[in-house]
Amino acid sequence: MRLDATDRAIVEATQAGLPLVPAPYAEIGAAVGLTEAEVIARMSEMQARGVIRRIALAPNHYALGLAANGMTVWDVADPRAEELGERVGELDFVSHCYLRPRALPDWPYNLFAMVHGCDRDEVESKRGRIASLLGPACRSSDILYSTRILKKTGLRLRHKGAS
Amino acid sequence: MRHRAADLALDATDRRILNALQDGFPLVPRPYAEAAGHLGLDEVELIARLKRMQEQGAVTRFGPFFDAAAMGGAFCLCAMAVPAARFDEVVSLVNAHAEVAHNYERAHRLNMWFVLATETPEAIERVAGEIEAATGLRVCRLPKEREFFVGFRVAA
Repeated sequence: MRLDATDRAIVEATQAGLPLVPAPYAEIGAAVGLTEAEVIARMSEMQARGVIRRIALAPNHYALGLAANGMTVWDVADPRAEELGERVGELDFVSHCYLRPRALPDWPYNLFAMVHGCDRDEVESKRGRIASLLGPACRSSDILYSTRILKKTGLRLRHKGAS
Repeated sequence: MRHRAADLALDATDRRILNALQDGFPLVPRPYAEAAGHLGLDEVELIARLKRMQEQGAVTRFGPFFDAAAMGGAFCLCAMAVPAARFDEVVSLVNAHAEVAHNYERAHRLNMWFVLATETPEAIERVAGEIEAATGLRVCRLPKEREFFVGFRVAA
């Protein structure tokens, strides 16, 4: 873990969310034994290092009408995978875009793009847009819809000393 | 479905807040006052609206988003082909591991997809191996090799 004990305490105090009070960083400071200025300095530094990607709001997709999502997966020729992945990530309906190793023979796909839409028809038409963008560099593809959430706890740092 | 846009009765101001705060939130002593100023609101109203939208379920998360890899930890997407007759039993065996951050059933031959989140890269292999031993099924490890920047925003 490349976090010292102080950074770690800040992560633990904020991983459930930012307090909804006028001076949230002072409140976090009070919880971990730091001043407001120290919390702000530490968090700025973690943001600069990429430990904090951003401080922001994530809306509930379902609540805003984006009820359908599909994990689109593509077998893209390796020499073009970086360049094409970059362009797929730029599409405004793609929320996550990764290159991953294939797991042959079970899994031939290396490019993953999560696509959101109001319904499955919209998701399918967006999948078609990715297919045209990839063109002949893509050898095969599939889309996986989630049918059930089996667990969702997100990332949680465990308290030091807990098992 | 638990929430529908119409049920939430979000007004235009709520939607402006949801759109604006997806792009970021200031790291200053009075951040709500600063963010409210850009939206033509006051601090008290912004806090009250955020509180209500969290309770309504319109906000999934509000705060810092951490990168586990940058903290020295590791993430790995894993997939398994679980026979239908054993599905519930395997769900229990997989979910019993605290390192399983989320787990989805998906319509595919590989029908169970979960993410392992651990504090060290070595722990990924250990937990994946434990799951294979407990279930007798192969765990396909699909760690990210490259993450592309996305400009995705939900239009509220």
